[in-house]
Amino acid sequence: MLGRQLLLAALAATIATGAYAKAHKPGTKHPKPVAAKPAKNAKARPIAAAATAALAAEVASRPAITVSDSGPEPQLVKIFKEIEANRLGNALQLTENLLRQYPNFRLGNLIKGDLLLARTQPISNFGAMNGAPSDKVADLRSEAIARLKGYREKPPANYIPRYLLQMPPDQRYAVVVDTQRSRLYLYENDVANGGRPRFVADYYVTQGKLGAEKVAQGDKKTPIGVYHVTSSLPRQKLADLYGSGAYPLNYPNEWDKRQGRNGNGIWLHGTPSDTFSRPPRASDGCVVLANQDLDAVGKNLQVGLTPVIISNSVEWLTLDDWNKERTELNKTIEAWRADWESRDTDRFLKHYSRRFQANGQDFDQFASQKRQVNGGKEWVKIKVSNVSVFRNPGKEEMVVVTFDQDYRSNNLANVMKKRQYWIREDGKWKIIYEGAA
Amino acid sequence: MTASFPFLSRLPARISAHLRPRASLRALVFGLAVSAALPALADNLPEVQRLIKQGQYSQALDKVDSYLASKPKDAQGRFLKGLILTEMGKPNDAVAVFTKLTEDYPELPEPYNNLAVLYAQQKQYDKARTALEMAIRTHPSYAIAYENLGDVYAKLASQAYDKALQLDNSNSAAQNKLSLIRDLISTSARPNVRPQAPAVAAAPPVIPAPVQPAQPAPKAVAAAPTATVITTTPAAASAAPVTPAKPGEAKVADAKPAAPAAPKADAATDDVTKALGAWADAWSRKDVKAYLAHYSSDFQPPKGMSRKAWEAERHDRIAGKSGKISVSYDQPQISVNGDKATAKFRQHYKAGSLDTSTSKVLVFVRSGGKWLIQEENAR
Repeated sequence: MLGRQLLLAALAATIATGAYAKAHKPGTKHPKPVAAKPAKNAKARPIAAAATAALAAEVASRPAITVSDSGPEPQLVKIFKEIEANRLGNALQLTENLLRQYPNFRLGNLIKGDLLLARTQPISNFGAMNGAPSDKVADLRSEAIARLKGYREKPPANYIPRYLLQMPPDQRYAVVVDTQRSRLYLYENDVANGGRPRFVADYYVTQGKLGAEKVAQGDKKTPIGVYHVTSSLPRQKLADLYGSGAYPLNYPNEWDKRQGRNGNGIWLHGTPSDTFSRPPRASDGCVVLANQDLDAVGKNLQVGLTPVIISNSVEWLTLDDWNKERTELNKTIEAWRADWESRDTDRFLKHYSRRFQANGQDFDQFASQKRQVNGGKEWVKIKVSNVSVFRNPGKEEMVVVTFDQDYRSNNLANVMKKRQYWIREDGKWKIIYEGAA
Repeated sequence: MTASFPFLSRLPARISAHLRPRASLRALVFGLAVSAALPALADNLPEVQRLIKQGQYSQALDKVDSYLASKPKDAQGRFLKGLILTEMGKPNDAVAVFTKLTEDYPELPEPYNNLAVLYAQQKQYDKARTALEMAIRTHPSYAIAYENLGDVYAKLASQAYDKALQLDNSNSAAQNKLSLIRDLISTSARPNVRPQAPAVAAAPPVIPAPVQPAQPAPKAVAAAPTATVITTTPAAASAAPVTPAKPGEAKVADAKPAAPAAPKADAATDDVTKALGAWADAWSRKDVKAYLAHYSSDFQPPKGMSRKAWEAERHDRIAGKSGKISVSYDQPQISVNGDKATAKFRQHYKAGSLDTSTSKVLVFVRSGGKWLIQEENAR
């Protein structure tokens, strides 16, 4: 309580403060400021002297207010820098600025609490409050680490996520999520530049409580794979938990289903009103953004089109390597198309894996049906357009290919949107699934 | 009530003179200094101080007002007026007086300090902090302000932690405030902490009043607790042998909070004492079911809450609290009147970093051989 401690510490502290204040007037820098890690130099420092030192340091230099709209990370980095340099007054000032911008930022409030507490007593750890619930402190600590890492280890400018191999011209943006880094990367389809993915922005995200690689309903994990946004749900239709909006994803996709994965309701969504952000692992599998970030990302999302590729750990390619992979796959797809047009069924079937399975057919059933159909054709013309090629994250080498297929033959014409999953078998890309998209 | 404000500082002897830390320390420990320490005062200010010391605030206010009528600018008189208004429980008026003082005499740290105390009392810790930082800026060696600032920082830290960690302190916030007021106004009632201060009327009457020969009116003040005991426990008189109202006896039992109220207490008092002990114990054990079982079916939840909502809230705040809860109380004062009983005591609540004391009154009603809580009031 206020006052209680005062009485007990009054004599010693007053004398200490008096003497101290004489020696170090505010405005002069204290040689031994209060330590955030007091193990080193905040031994039996009288309480009031700690307050004095902190105040003196603060009076000495009040940092200019800087406001950034690129999220709290740049300011967090500065704050931690000040703490490391023992300039706790500056750190507090910066933290207060940060909180003016994001009042509900729990991590910021925790740092503020620590910095204030450090003025009254030596503190030895993050979340130093006596009796602080350790799970919540641990959550905020991991958020701090995730945010700082994400900010410091931005992807190199000339590297491209391996997954974005080919985007169709009408697709404007692509989303890549790295669950280990708690980061979402937004890329623009730079059509003028040959469809090269161009980095736009990155954001802190929350994933499932129990991490990634969703397998089953209720496992509280975030799925890994190539998805897309299937609709857009406005704030008015949602509970507060989802924040400023939600974009459902098509989990489980064709491949997930084939792998026996289930569950549903994996969304990209915002944050409830009582907090700026959530811990790195907190959702039931959804990818959660701060509301302002969701709004920024959301305005670029095209329903049914924008890919949302979720990876454990994003792989980055140099432009050269990316070009090589992209060319190889485009050639493979073109060979498949040409071989189909050739009506040489054996050549055509070489593009299919023995493990192929789709529409209730296994490879043999599919093969005999194709032989039969091709036998009745005098000519076949196939046009493939709006091709997208996205590499599926994970150990298995797989790509998801989607395109508009315009099939014409002497006795049938059909236009459809098709999706294929290609896997690499013995160094060759083979189709393991195909169907209408 | 004495004017012993651990936080509030008195004005230094000579306004223009620079502050001596020693003088502040004396003010801090002894409360408002006796008139002898203020030689430069005009006419009747010593009389005002004497009245303050005796707790005769309205007379003190009259005197200081008439003094200020002739000397409206006088800092010492205005400062005393601020103190009186604080003691009279008029914080907004007191804030106005001290604020004006800081404007007219920005070089004085004391008005800033006292403003800060009032703000802290109203939980406006940011304002308190600003005022204290001003006090320190004007007087870098002003020890009381440093101490108070340390406390305000701790409060601000705890508010930040609440936001960061989503701690449920809505309940304790109210308790904090209460205990803060008590700390401000009646810290002197804790003899072990402040031996110099006489016990006062507002203090728990069971605490014996140390006699202060050095004080001008020790007898009058010391007599107050006894009188209070008698007047505040009318049931004791009518319902025969109940709680002892004698400070001396209470002192013996004081060390053991849950000890029987008195050697001569009758069976009913014993039962109420046991019920009270079991209630605090269930709360400390976080056994919500047992805790709620201590409340009668016609218990009136606070703030017009429904019983269900209240129970849910209690469940949240007891079982939902991480870490330990400790509920104890000083010597309860129990009076029984037929099937009704009243227990008055000072409750000490500890949970995590929170440590509060509240004056509490529980009204028990006998129901099927059990004493159940019908009313619960914190002061």
